[in-house]
Amino acid sequence: MRHSDLKTALTDRAARWFIGILFGAVALVVLLNQLIPADSGLHVSSYTVTLLGKYLCYALLAMALDLVWGYCGILSLGHGAFFALGGYAMGMYLMRQIGDRGVYGNPVLPDFMVFLNWQELPWYWLGSHSFLFTMVLIALVPGLLAFVFGWLAFRSRVTGVYLSIITQALTYALMLAFFRNELGFGGNNGLTDFKDILGFSLREDSTRVALLIATAIALALAFVLCRYITGSRMGRVVMAVRDGESRARFLGYRTEHYKLWIFTLSAVLAGIAGALYVPQVGIINPGEFSPLNSIELVVWVAVGGRATLYGAVIGAILVNYGKTVFTGIMPEAWLFALGGLFVAVTLFLPRGLVGLADNVRQRLRKSDGNNSNGTANDDQPEAPHEPA
Amino acid sequence: MNLRDTFRRDRVFDVVRPGTRTIKPGELDTGGKYLLYMENITVSFDGFKALNDLTLYIEPGELRCIIGPNGAGKSTMMDVITGKTRPDQGTCFFGQTLDLTRMSETEIAGAGIGRKFQKPTVFPEHTAAENLELAMAGQKTTWHTLVHPLNGEQRDRIAATLNTVGLLDRHDHVAGALSHGQKQWLEIAMVLMQQPKLLLVDEPIAGMTRQEVERTAELLQQLAGEHSVVVVEHDMEFIRSIASTVTVLHQGSVLAEGKMQDVQNDPKVIEVYLGE
Repeated sequence: MRHSDLKTALTDRAARWFIGILFGAVALVVLLNQLIPADSGLHVSSYTVTLLGKYLCYALLAMALDLVWGYCGILSLGHGAFFALGGYAMGMYLMRQIGDRGVYGNPVLPDFMVFLNWQELPWYWLGSHSFLFTMVLIALVPGLLAFVFGWLAFRSRVTGVYLSIITQALTYALMLAFFRNELGFGGNNGLTDFKDILGFSLREDSTRVALLIATAIALALAFVLCRYITGSRMGRVVMAVRDGESRARFLGYRTEHYKLWIFTLSAVLAGIAGALYVPQVGIINPGEFSPLNSIELVVWVAVGGRATLYGAVIGAILVNYGKTVFTGIMPEAWLFALGGLFVAVTLFLPRGLVGLADNVRQRLRKSDGNNSNGTANDDQPEAPHEPA
Repeated sequence: MNLRDTFRRDRVFDVVRPGTRTIKPGELDTGGKYLLYMENITVSFDGFKALNDLTLYIEPGELRCIIGPNGAGKSTMMDVITGKTRPDQGTCFFGQTLDLTRMSETEIAGAGIGRKFQKPTVFPEHTAAENLELAMAGQKTTWHTLVHPLNGEQRDRIAATLNTVGLLDRHDHVAGALSHGQKQWLEIAMVLMQQPKLLLVDEPIAGMTRQEVERTAELLQQLAGEHSVVVVEHDMEFIRSIASTVTVLHQGSVLAEGKMQDVQNDPKVIEVYLGE
């Protein structure tokens, strides 16, 4: 049986590989950026450092979705909303860091508020100058929204496609709200023109490298946390809820509580991903709430493979790398490629790339066994593998 | 207060034997001769009487088979015991104190009545052992399941229960990959994990091979003694093979009850069921 405690979650094979590869890749990029001179062919540009940081934020977001979709069976089509809320919380702090270096030179009010003739900060901007307070907000705002939303939805036993539709409506409603200037988050333009974070200039290479490393650490911690949860008895109850909710309820589990906590945790992780994303790309605007973003996110997880955690990470990085390359060559065709990819994965790779790799490995092992024994041993039961 | 209320099973004993009872209300009292008392139960659906003045007693540790043609009320009887259906008339007591007609399904399950449904509903992507872990009695809150891994004693109990149903070698196999018969046994094991006093088994051998049927018969005989087992089954051959007390239901009431040979030779039974 898969026993689990924190120690095994940290030290099991998948976690070692995951953390090893993640930090190996990040260390390589950082070293090639910092130590190799810019005119050398081996030099990695700061653009690439930031690009990798961005991919890792997406990877964290995808892992958050995998937790609710892959393990708990809740297909959220609005997870981009939690990502954007975390991003806005960070954006508020970054706006306050600009201080009097804005276009209007107001030491307290961000430029867009001066432009709107506001005289003082709205109450919900109070405290945004504090990094500590901002860190609390980053977790609290998406978490609280997910908790209230989930409490209402799961208590009323809204499931399946209906739940997906209302999550989609949630992110759309937030997008429309954030487009409005009166809301006090910069309206259409969002929050941008950031200068510093914790006093370090965002234009410095060293700051970019530090942000990349911070993102990698967040991703690794989230991976260990999610593995601990999915490997615990609670994780097995969560999967039982996915596979047979009424049966699990009949066994005496309050399934709505399990769903609520997983959904809330996932939203917090998505918020952290958004907060790490904003200083690296330098802008947050209502477009991040766009339903399209949340759907793209589902494609990443589907491509990588559900219910493995690392599959979501692989999917997020590969699809986004593909997007970077593809939009460079023929930008207008990207959406068609993305749609085609989703159809292809659904039809041919129901368990994503991770499932494909598993199948290949099993086939190889089988043919290996045949060659060495000379005969296929049919009475040997095949290693159990989880069906799709 | 009407006459029936005055003579409800839990009241009568209070009057007759004042001060002798140490059992708290709501707790199972198995001090009587029987474990389950169903008396004069009537259930009707739109005028059709699914159960008609049914009276049935089950002893502790007994293995009882219930047979009867389709529509005889076998499933309705199970539904009444598990609280899924409320009787229009009659009383249903579990031990001396628990009035099943006033308890919810979860309360009844918690009091020690486990039911194995006809169709196996194991969790296909969990291993056999994990299925038992899910079914295990105990605290089922999110926090408890997150921070408390199984202890050694619980792990031993899972292994012992798997051993009872003959699935110990499938401990780490995914339940979806088990054969149909093995899924049925796993389901029985899941019910056993709730440590029931009374085990209700709905058509346990549907779709099983001959060897699996024999194994199931052995299993049910082995479980009786420690638990009371009530088996609902169509298959006469199977019931003969586990050779226990048989109750024949017909049109919602008991037609005959006794040893298999006696019941088989009862002309009434031959007429409605066995003779066909």
